Amino acid sequence: MARSLLSGNEAVARGAWEAGALVGVGYPGTPSTEVLEAFACMPGVYAEWAPNEKVALEVAAGSSLGGVRTLVTMKHVGLNVAADPLLTLSHTGVGAGLVLLVADDPGMHSSQNEQDSRNYAAFAKVPLLEPSDSAEALAHVRLAFDLSERFDLPVILRSTTRVAHSKGLVGTEDREERERVPYEKRPEKWVMMPGNARVRRLELDERIGRVREWAEGSGVHTEVPGGGPVGVVTSGVCYHHVREALPGAPVLKLSLTWPLPLAVVRDFAERVRRVAVVEEADDFLARGLRAAGIDVADVPLPAAGELTPRKVAAAFGATVVPARAALDDLPPRPPLMCPGCPHRGVFHALRRMRAVVTGDIGCYTLGALPPLAAMDTCVCMGASIGMAHGLSLAGEASRPVVAVIGDSTFAHSGVTGLMDLSYNRGNATVVVLDNRVTAMTGQQDNPLTGRTLMGESTVEVDVPALARALGIADVTRVDPFDLPATESALRAAVESPGPSVIVVKGECALLAREHAEPFGVDEELCTACAVCIRLGCPAISKESSGKAAIDAELCVGCAQCVQVCKYEAIVATGPACDVGELR
Amino acid sequence: MSVTTVVLAGVGGQGTILAGDVLAKVAAAAGLDVKLSEVHGMAQRGGSVDTVVRFGEEVFSPVTDAGGADHLVAFELIEAARRLPLLKPGGRLFVNPRTIEPLPVLIGELPPPEGLEAVLAGEGAVFIDADVLACQAGSPKSANIVLLGAVSTGLGFAEELWREVIAARVPSSTLQANLRAFALGREACMRGECA
Ligand code: SF4
Ligand code: SF4
Repeated sequence: MARSLLSGNEAVARGAWEAGALVGVGYPGTPSTEVLEAFACMPGVYAEWAPNEKVALEVAAGSSLGGVRTLVTMKHVGLNVAADPLLTLSHTGVGAGLVLLVADDPGMHSSQNEQDSRNYAAFAKVPLLEPSDSAEALAHVRLAFDLSERFDLPVILRSTTRVAHSKGLVGTEDREERERVPYEKRPEKWVMMPGNARVRRLELDERIGRVREWAEGSGVHTEVPGGGPVGVVTSGVCYHHVREALPGAPVLKLSLTWPLPLAVVRDFAERVRRVAVVEEADDFLARGLRAAGIDVADVPLPAAGELTPRKVAAAFGATVVPARAALDDLPPRPPLMCPGCPHRGVFHALRRMRAVVTGDIGCYTLGALPPLAAMDTCVCMGASIGMAHGLSLAGEASRPVVAVIGDSTFAHSGVTGLMDLSYNRGNATVVVLDNRVTAMTGQQDNPLTGRTLMGESTVEVDVPALARALGIADVTRVDPFDLPATESALRAAVESPGPSVIVVKGECALLAREHAEPFGVDEELCTACAVCIRLGCPAISKESSGKAAIDAELCVGCAQCVQVCKYEAIVATGPACDVGELR
Repeated sequence: MSVTTVVLAGVGGQGTILAGDVLAKVAAAAGLDVKLSEVHGMAQRGGSVDTVVRFGEEVFSPVTDAGGADHLVAFELIEAARRLPLLKPGGRLFVNPRTIEPLPVLIGELPPPEGLEAVLAGEGAVFIDADVLACQAGSPKSANIVLLGAVSTGLGFAEELWREVIAARVPSSTLQANLRAFALGREACMRGECA
C-alpha cells in the first residue's frame, strides 16, 4: 500500500477509480470541482462536464443502467437541481454502482447558502456516507459503490469544504477491474409510471430496511472509549474537531448517517452518562436521535457557520487557549475581478445607464461590490433571466431591466429562462457574458467553449443562433473591451421593445496569456476626477493627492481605463519592475 | 501535545498554497501524520487566503483557531495583522514587509492602515524581505519559498528533505531559483535575524 498526501477531493476520485468506476460526470462547483478533474486524469476512464447537475445525474443513471460503475459530482446547491431525478432513482435503483458525491459548504466560503445535504438523503430515501478526512473519503467511496450494488440504490457521499479541500495521508491500492453488467430490459424497474412506481415504493422500504440492518451490524462506525460527563455522537470533519477539543471524551462517529443506525447509538448512549451531538450546517443527527426517543443534551454550539475545535471546546465548557485580540480598523479584502477582466466594461456601462441588473452565479457576481456596485440581485444558477422578466412584469419602467449571465450558467439553466422570456414576449435585455470559460471554479470548459473535459475539441454552442431559434429577433454581439460600443449596444437593446439578447464575448483575463504593455498615469494630465478609480481595476489606485496611479506589475494593458479617462491622462509606459512596494 | 501548527497567510495569487503543500510533504516524508487545509473559490480573486499545515504523531482537526498557531508566516503586512490572533503566545511570527492594498484602500474609501510594522514588531515579528530576496534568487515569484526557508529554521526537518520536496514540486525551469530562494530565506534567519 502506497501512502500519498491527497485532498479529500483527490481521494474520492482515487477511490472511485480503485472501485472500478468507468464513468464520471458532474457540474463544477466549489468545493466539489476537483473530484471530477482528478477522476478525468485516471487511466482508463471517461469523464465529462454536464451542462447542469440534473443532466449529470441522468447521464449517470444511464451509464449505471448500462452496467458500469459511475461517479457523479456536484456541490450542495447543485443537488437542488438534481433533486428531481434523485427522488425517483431511489425507486428505480441502479444497474452497476451509482455514487453521488455532494460537497456542502458550511460557513459559505463560496456559496449562496449553507444547506445540509443530509436532508436530501432522508427526503429521497438514499443511503448517505460521511467521510471525516481524505483517508476515509477514499475508503467510503469504495464502500459506497459496494452498498449501491448490494442494496440496489444510489448512494450519496457527503463531504464538506474541510474534507474536500484538506489534505491528509491516504493509503492507496490497485484498481479492481470489473466486468460490465449487460443491460436487460426491465420496465417494472426502470419505467416509473404509477403502477410500477407503487410496487417499487414498497420495495424501496424493504431495501432501506436491509441497509439499516447492515449499518447496525457492519462495524463501519468508529467508537472511541473515554470518560467524562458526556459521550459525543458526531460525523464527518466534526469528529476531528471533537477529538481535538475534548480529549478523553467517549465519541461515537457515525459513517452512515442515513438511515440512522439507532441501535448503535442506543448502545453507546447506555454506556455514557449523557449523549451530546456535534454537527454543523443543520441539527440533522440531533433531530433524528431525539425523534427516536434518545435523550440529547443541549449544547450551545453555534447553529450557523463552520465548527472548529475552539468552538466545540467552548460549547462544552472546556478551557480554551487565551488569544490576542483582533486588531481593529483593518480594511477588509474582498475578492475582485482580475485586472483585464472582460466583465468590468459591461458593469461600467450598466452603472452609467442606471439599469436594474439581475445577476447570476460566477465571477461577475463581484460586479455587485463597490466601486462598480452595478448588480442588484444574485439568487441561484439561472435566476437572472427569470427575475428580469418578472421585474419588468411588475411594471418597473423608470429604469431599464437587464439580466447578466455567464456562459456556463447560461448553458446550465439560462436557456429555459430565455425561452420563457421570448415565448411570453417579456421586455428585458439579457446579456450573456461569454468569457470563454467557467472561470470562478477554476477554468472548466462548458458547451460554449468548444472543448471537453477529456481535452478534445467539440462543437461550440452558437448563442446568437440559439437566441434567434428561441424567437428573439434583437440579438447583437459586442466586444467588452470597446466601452463606447458596449454602452451603445446596451442602450439600443433596452430601448427597443420586447426581449433582446447581447452576447458579450471577451476572454477571461486568466486565459488571455499574452499581455499587452501596461499603462501608466500622466500626473500632469490627471485631474483627480476618479472616473477610472470607479472601474475597480485592482491595478488602479488613488494617491493621497487624489490622482490615479497604475501598478505596472498588475496592469495587463486591457485599455478599459484609457477609454473612460476624458483627459487622456492614461498613457502607455515601459515594462513593469519586479519588486512591489517595500518598506 | 505533539502537534505543530503552521499558518501561511497572504493574498490570493501569492503562492501560499504551494508553500503549504511543500511543507506538508516535508512533514509526511519525515514520517509524521499531517493535515493541510485551504479555502478555494472566491478568496483566490485577490482576497485573503490562509493555508494551515499541522503535523505530529497524530493530527485530528485540519483547521486551527485563535491562539492555535505555533508559527505564523505572513506574506503581506495587512494579512499579518489580520491573522495575528491565530498566533500562540510565544509563537514565531515571520512577516514579508510588503503591502498589497485592498480595494477599499485602492479606491480611497478607507485609509491605508498605519503603524502595522510597529505593532507586529511589538509582537516579536521577524521581517524577511522576501520579495527582494526572491529577486536576488532569480525569480520574483519565489518569495513564498524564501519565507518557507525562514520558517524551516525552527521546524527541525533536515535541509536535504526540503530540497528534495521542492525539487519534486516546482517546475524544473525555476528549480535553481527556488533552491536559492530557500537558502536565502534560511540564511536570513541564521544570520540572527530570527529570534
Ligand atoms: S477569472 Fe476571468 S472572469 Fe473571473 S474575474 Fe478574473 S478575468 Fe474576470
Ligand atoms: S489597462 Fe487599465 S483597466 Fe486594464 S488592467 Fe491596466 S490599469 Fe486595469
